[in-house]
Amino acid sequence: MNIKKTPLYQLHQENRAKFVEFAGYQMPIQYSKGIVEEHKFTRSHSGIFDVSHMGQLFIYGGEDLIKDLEKIFPLNLKNLKLNHSKYSFLMDKDAGIHDDLIITKTNEGFLIILNAACKDDDFKILKELLEEKYKMVLDENRSLIAIQGPKSPQILNDVIDGVKDLNFMSGNWFLFQDHKVYITRSGYTGEDGFEISIPNDFVDKLTRELINKGSKLIGLGARDTLRLEAGLCLYGHDLDKDKTPVEANLKWAISKERISKGDFIGSDIIIKQLNNGVSKIRVGIKPEGRIIAREKTKIFNQLDVHIGEITSGTFGPSVNGPVAMGYVENEFSKKDTKVFLEVRGKKHAASICNLPFYKKSYVKGAN
Amino acid sequence: MSEVKYSKEHEWIKLEGDVATIGITKHATEMLGDIVFTELPEKGSNVEKDGTAGVVESTKAASDVYTPVSGEVVDTNQEIVDDPSKINQDPENSAWFFKLKIKDKSEMDSLMNKDDYDKFAKETTT
Repeated sequence: MNIKKTPLYQLHQENRAKFVEFAGYQMPIQYSKGIVEEHKFTRSHSGIFDVSHMGQLFIYGGEDLIKDLEKIFPLNLKNLKLNHSKYSFLMDKDAGIHDDLIITKTNEGFLIILNAACKDDDFKILKELLEEKYKMVLDENRSLIAIQGPKSPQILNDVIDGVKDLNFMSGNWFLFQDHKVYITRSGYTGEDGFEISIPNDFVDKLTRELINKGSKLIGLGARDTLRLEAGLCLYGHDLDKDKTPVEANLKWAISKERISKGDFIGSDIIIKQLNNGVSKIRVGIKPEGRIIAREKTKIFNQLDVHIGEITSGTFGPSVNGPVAMGYVENEFSKKDTKVFLEVRGKKHAASICNLPFYKKSYVKGAN
Repeated sequence: MSEVKYSKEHEWIKLEGDVATIGITKHATEMLGDIVFTELPEKGSNVEKDGTAGVVESTKAASDVYTPVSGEVVDTNQEIVDDPSKINQDPENSAWFFKLKIKDKSEMDSLMNKDDYDKFAKETTT
């Protein structure tokens, strides 16, 4: 299979990116300064992420589409305001998660942002579920960049006037030099910021302007440490087909009204789990000392019984220590429960903790 | 003067008398990225040529550190355990890993000199 490149490939090269293959794309894992510097720069200033490998699925339709999508997603889409976004998931009948996504109501229908590794499958699944009633475009002609961090609102507003007025999890169409761009106030770093959907031909120009205003390119390596500190899940690691949203501790993303009606794919299992509890659940895990417990590390209780596994673990540069999340048997999921992590044959003490590891203390809407 | 030699696993080794100081090369740190965790062998333990004698972890992954010669660990550098970022800053000098009382000086013979290592490092860069 041919490895794809995003329209920003040349700019990545100019910034001395180290590349990795990710979901069939050649993506920058880091630039010359390294992951820790990039991570901290995003938290203190502003970082630009090329996430053009992610899927941008436009589905066109009106009232019927809303009804049909509510059979698929556990959201109250009827009451979702124009240009507002929600986090959700595509589930199977057993409530196993096939992808996690952001869905936004547009004036022509919906825009759904999908994970790169899942987007082609998602497209097929949705097309079948919607019985080809609606025009669906997985748009390869648009790029997607995120700009994240405290200086980002001002920097982006200097280039595209008006974006500062967007509220969190809402968006709108804007003009960048006469080109239509769709911008939402969102992101996946735990910072204030935006995601910008822009035609491929102009993404290089926009990104260079943002760099000129003081933002910097940040690689996927720092994106991973940022999202993990923020307690956010990475599909294929913290979420997959063998886990449900309730087990993943994401029930906040399920509409209460929709649960009471229970007419979406996977609702039987979701309702059962909400009523009866789950046997395993996602938790934050803080190792003592500096030991890093990575994905697949086994978790033991104080009696040396295997009770779970780490699904993401790394060093958190802002926390200045190791951070991890994983799934444990429900009875060991309470905050401050002592557990042990087996790393290179030795057991290391850790405790269950609340997520996120890092919380931004900014006032909503403040600059 | 003592000559510094290099291994294919990207360690450097400097012999003074029968004590060898061992660390990882600048090239290794560039491949690893930011180092955030270090594990060193225990003082008084014995390590075997080409065996593991520690671990370094970057934000991305864990990598074993090998010893290019056999010997008894007589000292370890606690500074790089307390602040692993020192390895990125000064890998071939103050950020040494451990010192060995070596058994067999001839184990040094198969290691590379600086020119050969630089050439080797260039070729193995992917």
